Amino acid sequence: MRVRLNGDVAEIRALLEHPMETGLRKDPATDELIPLHFIKTVIVKLNGKPVLETEWAQAMARNPYIQFRVRGAKPDDEVTIEWEDNEGQHSEASAKVPPPE
Amino acid sequence: MFYSRRSFLHRLTSGLLVSALGLLQPLAAAAAKWNRAAFEAGKVEAAIAAVGASDASPSDNIVIKAPEIAENGAQVPIEITSNIPGTEAILIFSDKNVQPYVGTFEFKNGAEPFIATRIKMGDTSNLRAYVRANGKYYVKVREVKVTIGGCGA
Repeated sequence: MRVRLNGDVAEIRALLEHPMETGLRKDPATDELIPLHFIKTVIVKLNGKPVLETEWAQAMARNPYIQFRVRGAKPDDEVTIEWEDNEGQHSEASAKVPPPE
Repeated sequence: MFYSRRSFLHRLTSGLLVSALGLLQPLAAAAAKWNRAAFEAGKVEAAIAAVGASDASPSDNIVIKAPEIAENGAQVPIEITSNIPGTEAILIFSDKNVQPYVGTFEFKNGAEPFIATRIKMGDTSNLRAYVRANGKYYVKVREVKVTIGGCGA
């Protein structure tokens, strides 16, 4: 996750690590279908308040990239990104808003 | 076999406690919403209906930035900006995907109505960006040509 601050707007870029398998792809080694496995929901919070909430299909790209902006941010604010996938797996990452550029 | 009344009551309450705890799990899962009917629809019109956006008004206040020709359908970079006041969410559909509904991004507490991301597109098709603003839907459509499809092997 990279966070930049311009004035009071935090620009957040994140690359979430996940195979985002569609269930339609065959494993070349075994010729078997790789099961559906994808992130369903993402919640991004700034200082504990939700700013971005998503519902996703397996059609989001592998290792999904997201870039968005939040107004009203200050240095040292905490950004957290949590996701949950269709197998019930969770992940969470966090970063602080840096000083303004 | 004899169970004393005390042990019977103990078993009864333990059983009730275990099943009550079991009930808490599905409630927690339901809290993160995920529109199954929309995601599983195979036709774009059905997916759009399932999110409640069938009567969306076309709008040029939605800006889609996407390649004219996507070389790799598995990683199509798109940027969607809404200049519609009161924007709450941006929804994305790719008509020719096996399941056209790609996802929704909801903006809250100061998030700007803008998203840059990458999606899979199965074939050359319409990319649709819907915006929900003040409870109403607006839409912008744009064709993206795809040279190598992104959904299957």
